Amino acid sequence: MPFSGFLGNAVLAGSCIALASGLIGWFVVLRSQVFAGDALSHVAFTGALAAAAAGLDLRAGLLVATVVVALLLGVLGERARADDVTIGIVLVWTLGLGVFFLDLFNAGTGAADGTIAARTLFGSIFGLTAGEARLAAVLAVGTAGALLAIGRPLLFASIDAPLALASRVPVRALGLAFLVLLGLVAAEATQAVGALLLLGLIAAPAGAAQRLTANPYRGMALATGIALLSMWIGLALSYWISGLPPGSTVTLVAVGFYALTIAI
Amino acid sequence: MNPRFTLDLPSDVHQLLAYPFMVNALEAASVVAVMAAVVGWFMVLRGETFAGHTLSMMSFPGAAAAALAGLPLAVGYFAFCGIGAVIIAGAAEVSGPAGQSQRSAIIGTVGAAALAVGYLLLSLYGGVLESLESLLFGSILGVTRGQVLTLTLVAACVLVFVALAGRPLFFASVDGPLARASRVPVRSLAVAFLLVLGLAVAATVQITGVLLVFALLVAPAGIARELTTRIGLSLALSVLLGLLIAWVGLGLSYYTNYSPGFFSTTLAIVMFALARAARRLGRN
Repeated sequence: MPFSGFLGNAVLAGSCIALASGLIGWFVVLRSQVFAGDALSHVAFTGALAAAAAGLDLRAGLLVATVVVALLLGVLGERARADDVTIGIVLVWTLGLGVFFLDLFNAGTGAADGTIAARTLFGSIFGLTAGEARLAAVLAVGTAGALLAIGRPLLFASIDAPLALASRVPVRALGLAFLVLLGLVAAEATQAVGALLLLGLIAAPAGAAQRLTANPYRGMALATGIALLSMWIGLALSYWISGLPPGSTVTLVAVGFYALTIAI
Repeated sequence: MNPRFTLDLPSDVHQLLAYPFMVNALEAASVVAVMAAVVGWFMVLRGETFAGHTLSMMSFPGAAAAALAGLPLAVGYFAFCGIGAVIIAGAAEVSGPAGQSQRSAIIGTVGAAALAVGYLLLSLYGGVLESLESLLFGSILGVTRGQVLTLTLVAACVLVFVALAGRPLFFASVDGPLARASRVPVRSLAVAFLLVLGLAVAATVQITGVLLVFALLVAPAGIARELTTRIGLSLALSVLLGLLIAWVGLGLSYYTNYSPGFFSTTLAIVMFALARAARRLGRN
């Protein structure tokens, strides 16, 4: 069987994570919240390192940190859409805090070998165990389901907030719920492509889909499809050509798709 | 000698300057802080925070490519940040009907692509995981005299540009259509500013590391914006805040053995939160 062992785990987790990232990415691009997604990805780094420094499970740290900061971004930013300067400052502080935890971790383990930083920043999808992969898959599919459940009102609120507000759509609550879901996806995607590259998996397929169709449902399907395809091609490239890290190949394939849609 | 912080400030400063590496680091950080505060002030004014962020990401593959090619890292920093500025300037052209959302998607994607390429190049280069941390988060060790001179030169160029183009740039940033009607070359100014921003980022990155540039680029201007609406005062305030953030970060790092980035960014966010709270209180 071709997909057994670590490759099977990577394909299972990767596919589900790509599914969730592509879907939520379409909304992120629609709502022009790419920067918020970026901030959350950096938070993922800090959360993982904080957990590592405290000797806890990395993934628990990831999840807690991204969701808490997603809530914080929603509350701090005006009308649940944080402005660029606030996000920028929160973002750089979380990284600074991450460095502090990195220092703590390095001091605790004695040597600064840099592998933990590399793993959280650029992903380690080939290192997932079967249990971790299954958990990642369930979480990713659950997040995608929750997003679809609030999809219609969220679409309305994203396209015309004043009108949605007048029609009694809870715009602010939806904005917060959306950021929390984005936080969950960011935590998931970090395991696959790493904190620093997850924007490629979220923004690039969605940006490409948005150029290809104006129909929202076709757009969501396309974004998800492109994310899945990028994940599979990227994993295959990294598996067959030694020395290519999977986080980089997946991201670059997604970016390639986007570049293609801009070129045509 | 193991430095210890005391309440006797002159002796603390004396201790701080006891090592040449620390003097170099402080000088380089001061130069970079002043330049970043001025350029960052215009960046925040123009709402191009995200572009600045992407430019800082571009410097990572720049450094990795330079290392792979055996060139000085600074060459890679400047070359790639320049390329990044051109790409972002071009992104404004191709964004098409979807406008703003496409623009932010492109800028974000360029950033992720830059990091992906950088990590790919570093993996091919091999055996670099220790330098990964200092590349990304900066290091107060290893700033050379030559570097201090180069950074001073770059800062001088950037400040001369701002002094010459500052007035029309401000006009174009605040009211584009009116500026265009008054024959201010709005588009060329926008491209020129992105290039200068790239230059400033490439220089700042060498001190702060790729990921912590914003502490010097966005935070001073962001805090100043909360405190005053007067142009000259706000610009001067950003420079002072930038210097404070740089010095406190380096100083505390020296006395505690933790990275300067942590202290700088923490000071920045605390001041930002206080400034914003003060403004909200003042308004009520």
